[in-house]
Parts: sequence; C-alpha cells; structure tokens
Amino acid sequence: MPDHAALSRQIGLDDRSILLRDLVIDALEGGGRGHVGSTLSLIEIFRVLYDDVLRVRPSEPDWPDRDRCILSKGHGCLALYALLADRGFFDRAELLRQCRPEAMLGGHPERAHIPGVEASTGSLGHGLSIGVGLAIAQRLKGRDARIYVVMGDGELDEGSVWEAAMSAAKHRLGQLIALVDYNKLQSYGPTHEVLALEPLADKWRAFGFHTLEVNGHDLEDLRDSLTAAAGVRDQPSVLICHTVKGKGFDMAEGEPAWHHKSKIGPTDVALMRAALARAGAR
Amino acid sequence: MRQVAINMVHDLARRDPRVVFVGSDLGAGTLNAMKAELPERFFMEGIAEQHVIGMAAGLAMEGFTPYVNTIATFLTRRCFEQIAIDVCLESLPVRLIASGGGAVYAPLGPTHIALDDIALMRTLPNMAIVAPSDADEMARLMNASVDWPGPLYIRLAKGGDPVISRPEARFSIGRSILMRPEGDVLLVGTGITTGIALAAADLLADRGVAARVLHAHTLKPFDIDGMVAAAKGCRRVVTIEEHSLIGGLGAVVLETLSDAGCALPVLRLGFPDRFAEGYGSQAHLMQKAGLTPDLVARRVLDELPRPSEATP
Repeated sequence: MPDHAALSRQIGLDDRSILLRDLVIDALEGGGRGHVGSTLSLIEIFRVLYDDVLRVRPSEPDWPDRDRCILSKGHGCLALYALLADRGFFDRAELLRQCRPEAMLGGHPERAHIPGVEASTGSLGHGLSIGVGLAIAQRLKGRDARIYVVMGDGELDEGSVWEAAMSAAKHRLGQLIALVDYNKLQSYGPTHEVLALEPLADKWRAFGFHTLEVNGHDLEDLRDSLTAAAGVRDQPSVLICHTVKGKGFDMAEGEPAWHHKSKIGPTDVALMRAALARAGAR
Repeated sequence: MRQVAINMVHDLARRDPRVVFVGSDLGAGTLNAMKAELPERFFMEGIAEQHVIGMAAGLAMEGFTPYVNTIATFLTRRCFEQIAIDVCLESLPVRLIASGGGAVYAPLGPTHIALDDIALMRTLPNMAIVAPSDADEMARLMNASVDWPGPLYIRLAKGGDPVISRPEARFSIGRSILMRPEGDVLLVGTGITTGIALAAADLLADRGVAARVLHAHTLKPFDIDGMVAAAKGCRRVVTIEEHSLIGGLGAVVLETLSDAGCALPVLRLGFPDRFAEGYGSQAHLMQKAGLTPDLVARRVLDELPRPSEATP
C-alpha cells in the first residue's frame, strides 16, 4: 500500500492548479473570510471533475441530462466557486464579492442562487442522501447521468452519511460516485484524535461501496480512478482522496489554524500570494 | 384517517407519475398493493429519518413528489435539519405524512407523543401544515396535496374519528372553514379538536351560550382573513388544540388577531409545557388536559364574564 499522504505532500502544482488557487485568493480577498485549508485540499478533485469528467453545460446549468455534482462539505465552496467561475457558469467578478451583502456567493453554496450548484450545503452529512435521491431519480427517468458527491473526512463523523451509504448500496446505485477529501484534519485537530475514521477503506467496503484510494492531488490518478468508478454498474463507488489540507500554501499545509480564516486583510492576502508563487516555482 | 392517507398515495401514484412513496420501517404490509403494482416508486428505507428526508429532497429536485410517512415525533424531531435545509430552503414538494399527531401514542410515552410537531414545523419558511378533522377530509386533502407547490406537513389523527367534515365546505389548503357562523363566542379547532369544538358548542347552546366554530385545518399558511372575519363581533375566542400551548393553534390565533389589531381575549386550551406524565390512552391524556367537550364547555362558561361584569 503506497503512503498516499506522503505522495500527496510531494506532488507539485502546475499552472492551472496555481491559477485556480489564485481565484480562491481573489474570493478570500473579496470576502475577507473563508475556509482556506478545507478549500485547498479540494482543488485538484474539482479540477478533474469539471475539466475532464462531468458532462455539464455552463451556459445551460439545468440541462436535464447533465451529471450532478454535490459539494457536501459546503465549507469548501471556494474550490467549487473557482471551478464554476473558471468554466463560465458565472462571471469571475462574483468571486470578488463573496460573502458581501447582496452577493451571489456566500460562505456556503446555495442551490437557488448559484448556477451549477446542485444542493445547498454547509451543514454536514446531507449531500450523500440527496445524491441517493438524485441517482434514483435518474434511474426512474431512464437517464444515464452520474451523481458525484464530494464529502469531507470530518463530515464522515455524521451518522447520516452511513444511513445514506447503506441505502446507496441497497439500491445498487452504480451511477453514484462519492469522493472523500481525506486531508486528515478537521476543525479542532487531526481526525484520528477527534474521532478516528480508520480503517476507512474497510468501512466503505463493508458498507457495500466499490472503494478506491487515490492521491487527491494527482490528476492522472484522479482521472483513472474516476474512469474506473464510472465503469462499476451494480454498486456505488467511493474514492478516498488522500489530500493535504492547505495544499499549495506552505504556511497553511497541515495547520488547523488555517481551517477557517476571518478578517483576512492585505497582509494575509500578500502572504497567500507569496506562498502560491513559491509553490509555482517548486 | 391514516389508512385513507396511505392508501390514497397509491391512488395518486396511479394518476400521477411524479408521485413516489418513501417510508422508514412501517408496519408489515403497508401499501403492499402499491409495492406490487408500482414497485419502482415504492421505497422502504429503514430507520433512517435523516436519510429518508434527504433522499426525498433529491427525488423532489428531479421533479418527483415524494410522500414520506413515519411517526410524527421521528418525522419532525429527528430530521428537523434535513427538513429545514434539504426541503424547505429549496421549497421542494415533499409531503410529510405524520402518524400519530398529538397524544395518539399515549401508551408509548414521551418518545412517541407529538405535542410539539406543529410548533417545530411552523418555524420553517415555506412549510405548509394541515391537520384534517376526519378521514373524509383527509381524502380531500390528499387530492389537493398533489399540486401544492411546496413542502407540506400532514398531521394524522388516530383514525376512526367521527366524520364532521362536509363536502360542500369545499376544502382548500389555506382556507379555514366556518362550521357554525352564529354566536358571540368563537371556538377554534384544528384536526380532531374541531369535533370537540362542535360538541362543546352543543353543550354551550344548552346553557344559553351560542358559539361559532371555526375549523382551522391549515395552520400554515394561516387563513388570516377567515380568522379575523370569524372573530368579528365575538366577545371571546377559544382555541382548542391537541398540542402544547407553545407554538400551536393558540399561538397562531393570538399572533394573527394581534397583528390584525383585533383586541379580543383569547382562551387557549391545550397541553401544558410539560412532557406527558403517565400513559393510558389518548382519551385519558385529553381528559387530563381538559380537552373534552364537557371540560371545554365548562372552562368557557367559567371564563366568560358574568352579565354584571360585561362591558356595557
């Protein structure tokens, strides 16, 4: 078994991964707050989903045959916003107004206001159940659309996740693919101290999921695993994505203090842009 | 009433391809006929209320109309957040059929006695709440429910309740029914307490007090105009509810009259702010709470100003 966590730390960032993180900094600067670490571990997951996997139409967000992607760990929304803005679901200028009065983009994503957002999340443990409902609906309508649900590792503390997992397995929802952003840090500290998840892959297998472990910052690994998951027809899949909380900002990597930042001012923004420049130069 | 509601889900599903049924872990044989005829739209998802609501929300996002059924306390308390965020925030057409609203499950104790369900559901934007008086009205509600645009909480009574509703009253969600228009006291009921109000009105008539009776089957959106019109000219309003005095019918009526500038004294009859003590039957708990026709009539007579005290 490879040491996924070590491999995730080692992987470098290409220009596009830098650009997407730059958009995140724009949003942090505009709103003056946000979940920094929880966003940065998600960037490559969303990049691969939106660049290579999801069948979506930015100009027609409600296209009935689209694949549905739910960010169940809603606090990682800046990663989703960056991809949606970059792909043209809405204007990039919206990022700069994040969390301001009358802004379209809030500190957690809302389905009613944001093109491309499939579920309103922010309270953890909701997304997988909604995903089960969406997947059953596709089956009832004879569509082959896939449902992707991105969850956090701390989110797996919620019992409702496991209720949904049992249901997804019962209904043999091959079109449902869950992804766990396993950055191993929740708000208070390491997941193994707050509420241990291991053996995590065994848990998902026991709950009836086709289970894959991937390096959540390795684009090829993510693409290959998502392709493999899409080929599984008679059971739901889960990708346990080993990631680094704060990936790309060296001072934030693995630092619980960077889980969420408020009162972000010019100094913090400069700090983040400098860190990103260092990451790009590596 | 429950049988009518549940069986009608099957009828509605036959008529309307959007209708699906989602249960938790209901009694053996529940909706067997629907399961046999429309298995793809029949779901029994286990003792997992949070998941059931999220899944129903997902189905509703895709254009389906899920009818969810389980016991009222589990359907409101356990998954309150899923109802708030997954269903109400999106104003999705999910129907919550709550078995045993009120004191129906008296012998089963506080885990099953639902005296706070209306209060909980009322706080949620976009939620509609209806408590039919009997099986016939339940059938009218179920027919009307299919095209209701948002979330809907349907409070079931015990079943076998006397039929007091009439087809000519033209049931419509959100419109109260003035069942007796004459009198200077207004008794307001919802669910089965409208039947208690009617019986109490008979007893009051015997004592020379004429009472109007308003059936406020829809607690939200509340029929403000119907309430204000019914109260006009009355010297007292009396609310009768199988619910805690906090946040239920009495509170709705007080808020409505106050907001409308109707300064009428309101006597609220319902369950005190306590978990039920002891077991027995629904009738036993209703008796303890003073919610029988006889006790209601006596309270009304006690509370009414005597002629010498009446405002000239």
